[in-house]
Amino acid sequence: MRMAEIVMGLVMGVFSLYLMWKSAELPIGWIPDEGPGGGAWPFWLAAGMLACCIAIVIRGVKRLTPESQSEKPFMDSRAMRLFVLNAGALTAMVGLFHIIGAYGAIPVFLIFYLRFMGGHSWRLTGTFAVVTPVVMFLFFEIALQKTLPKGFTEPLFLPIFDFFY
Amino acid sequence: METFALLLNGFAIAFEPLNLTLIILGCAIGLFIGAMPGLGSVNGVAILLPMTYLVPPTGAIIFLGAIYYGAMYGGAISSIMLGIPGASTAVATTFDGRPMALQGKADKALVAAATASFVGGSVGVILFTLFAPPMAEIALTFGAPEIFALMLMAFATFVGLGGDDIPKTLFSIFIGLVLGSVGLDIISGEPRLIFGGIPGFFHGINFLVLAIGIYGIAEMLWTIEISKGGVMISQATVTFQRIKATLRELLGTWKTMMMGSFLGYFVGILPAAGATPGALMAYGLAKTGAKDPSSYGKGNINGIVAPESANNAASTGAMLPMLTLGIPGSPTTAILLGGMVIWGLEPGPLVFTDHPDFVWGFIASLYVANLFSLLINVAFIPAFIWVLKMPFTILAPIIFILCIVGGFVPTLDMHDVWLMLVFGIVGYMMRKLDYPMAPAVLAIVLGPLAEPALRQSLLISSGSFSIFFTRPFAAVIMVLALLFLTLPLMKMAYDKIKKPETAN
Repeated sequence: MRMAEIVMGLVMGVFSLYLMWKSAELPIGWIPDEGPGGGAWPFWLAAGMLACCIAIVIRGVKRLTPESQSEKPFMDSRAMRLFVLNAGALTAMVGLFHIIGAYGAIPVFLIFYLRFMGGHSWRLTGTFAVVTPVVMFLFFEIALQKTLPKGFTEPLFLPIFDFFY
Repeated sequence: METFALLLNGFAIAFEPLNLTLIILGCAIGLFIGAMPGLGSVNGVAILLPMTYLVPPTGAIIFLGAIYYGAMYGGAISSIMLGIPGASTAVATTFDGRPMALQGKADKALVAAATASFVGGSVGVILFTLFAPPMAEIALTFGAPEIFALMLMAFATFVGLGGDDIPKTLFSIFIGLVLGSVGLDIISGEPRLIFGGIPGFFHGINFLVLAIGIYGIAEMLWTIEISKGGVMISQATVTFQRIKATLRELLGTWKTMMMGSFLGYFVGILPAAGATPGALMAYGLAKTGAKDPSSYGKGNINGIVAPESANNAASTGAMLPMLTLGIPGSPTTAILLGGMVIWGLEPGPLVFTDHPDFVWGFIASLYVANLFSLLINVAFIPAFIWVLKMPFTILAPIIFILCIVGGFVPTLDMHDVWLMLVFGIVGYMMRKLDYPMAPAVLAIVLGPLAEPALRQSLLISSGSFSIFFTRPFAAVIMVLALLFLTLPLMKMAYDKIKKPETAN
């Protein structure tokens, strides 16, 4: 846990430096008749972030926080497995949004999660995999008129839109 | 008298068929969300805000307000039935609620929690109705320096009262403010922090992307990790006779209910405090003032009544600064405030004069939502127990899908979905390391309002920070903010002085 605390502090410290550098692309000082430059606000806030990260790392090294005193691992094997499975499945679903669209990615995600991760019956899995995208389509596309990504399946939806409009 | 007339008009709006339906639906959804271990009002409001585009702004805030109220009621259900708080606000309810359930008095505990929530909510909303108009009137005189000072105070309370690690709290505030500044500079119009010209950053980072990332994805990943399964659900037998008997017994707890309600309301107004410390303080005070403090923690009905009345009153208290000053009192109200911006309303005192139907319709809806939350809560206790038995492997993917789609809908940009996923994963890791996340969400909402206020103030004063100390209201607020900021240092110094004395 202590190592994770220090590493997180260091990573965020580097990120703060990057933000300071990018903010400084705009003026960070006082501009006559205009007030503070456009980069001043994010620059000084990122400087504040950096100061906090330094304090977090020092406290972590000196074992002054409960996390840095803890002997527990940041993630045990069970937590790591759950994290990889869940975050991986989510990332894959978002990636599939670009290719097969929301109405293809959602059933795939549900089948993976319910059947293979949850161990539920095919009947329950199938019901959710069919009903969820249908309800989402009616709510978002028809009621809210907000178009979700469809990837290469876009032409398949044209007859459905013709039916509704 | 004018307030009463406006409130009556508000009731007419709240009772419009669409709004009434939204109240009932919101209360029911809120109750279920609140009852889910690990999920609370903030998760429900963040995930469901993008679904409100279907209705006008008044209906949207009424719906989200009802979810907020319902979730405050629902938190007690899993505290009592599972021994796991539905949300942090219901932690104190577990202390006596769970022992009562294990003694076979789950129904009594549930009815006590619902009734106390109703009383707390009612006291809270009455105080809200009385305080809001005069406070909004004062706030109308505020200029840029006062607004910035108020925002600084909102952040300062997180440092002074939040109780979390100070560098991590400050980091959370700073990163939220930086993320809120991504996009085009409001004065020069030049692109700022667009990370190599990625087009998705030109429109800035929508606060919902961060809110859903943290309160949707990160929270779910966290809940999946910590829910070990094997929880024991208590049985509850609910009959009319038993409810009547409990209500009779509850009459004897009116003092505790009132104490919890008033304490909760005023603690709720403070941005960093809110419902969780309000409920814990009410529990502590009830126990300290009790004739039989040793019975607390073993199933004392006052131990349920105090925190439940306090957390509901606090949730209403948190709305007071949100509506009158444009400063949210809790993460949930921060999201509601962001919602107001999305719906085209400028948060702050002007809403009272420019959009009275919106404000008073919302206030009146809180009265109605409070009543419906009570009725739905008591009537559907078996349904909540059924939901609590539902495997998490069914709920989790549905919530994940709602998060992903909810992140896409506001801007219809896949860039935001990827960003939300990054926030979710980083947020989960930071949560594991005990970084407080609420200040970041508050900061991303307030950042775009705080920066122009600061820049305008400095422009007026030709760059002198003395402007924040020469105007009476701004000076008072700034001094308070500085007090909150230095509070941990003062506490540390006090502890250092006291320690040698104790040792001696």
